[in-house]
Amino acid sequence: MANKKKNWYDYLWIWSIVYFALGFFNIMFAWLGLIDFILPLIFALVGGNKWFCNHMCGRGQLFWILGRNAKCSRRKPAPRWISSKWFRYGFMIFFLIMFGTMIFQTYQVFAGASGLKQVVKLFWTFKVPWQWAYSGGPFPQWMVQFSYGFYSLMLTSTLIGLIVMVLYRERTWCTFCPMGTMTQGICQLKANGDRK
Amino acid sequence: MSKRRATVNIEVCVACGVCANQCPRGAISINRGCYAQVDVDRCVGCGICEKACPANVITLLDIEDMEARNGK
Ligand code: SF4
Ligand code: SF4
Ligand code: SF4
Repeated sequence: MANKKKNWYDYLWIWSIVYFALGFFNIMFAWLGLIDFILPLIFALVGGNKWFCNHMCGRGQLFWILGRNAKCSRRKPAPRWISSKWFRYGFMIFFLIMFGTMIFQTYQVFAGASGLKQVVKLFWTFKVPWQWAYSGGPFPQWMVQFSYGFYSLMLTSTLIGLIVMVLYRERTWCTFCPMGTMTQGICQLKANGDRK
Repeated sequence: MSKRRATVNIEVCVACGVCANQCPRGAISINRGCYAQVDVDRCVGCGICEKACPANVITLLDIEDMEARNGK
């Protein structure tokens, strides 16, 4: 909104670009993405709100800026099923399983059962070589493997978000974003608990 | 002033807050992270939120229809 005073957190969309840029040069920066996982959960668990989604999420802001201000969105309503409960929770479960798989791969590298794979996996399928982003350092191999896995997850979800931004409305991703679903679910549980 | 007011289908609302950020009147708040709530006294029925909502769950209703509905 044009006439509203801007707060510092209105500029967090810059963070979501910086994040991917940093990871392009050094994959270890991928760890910083955990902030975007933990903060919304803290808001939901402690505050019982979606303040993160509502005000602080750089990704949501980026979709808005690209979709609305840069006119990259068709701004057409998305099909109903995309924001239906079964799809939202289904996608969240799928996402969590993929997250678990990634943690398991990290563990395998930790346990020495498999070697470090310096690839970024897009859409859980396409392997993109990314070895320039890490050429040795003080970190144990499992930490590097986690970086690759986590960066893949972040990049994949952002790409999905960009696709639905173009096809439908600016922030269509937010209707089935696993973090959004999870935090709303926690808030609903909390609100119901208080009512009893 | 328009004779219409925004209403949210709270069953499908994902509480993303896009509508609240866009409303020029500050008429929308996100109730406890669960759904969007419109303050009908502040809403002027401009429809900005309706077009911004990614889940497309905001509808503008005639004030009379709303009153008739609430009266039931
Ligand atoms: S739903 Fe996801 S992308 Fe949208 S604001 Fe919340 S955390 Fe960010
Ligand atoms: S119709 Fe306009 S004034 Fe009413 S809640 Fe939506 S954006 Fe705000
Ligand atoms: S924009 Fe739509 S889905 Fe998001 S909080 Fe508002 S009414 Fe709910």
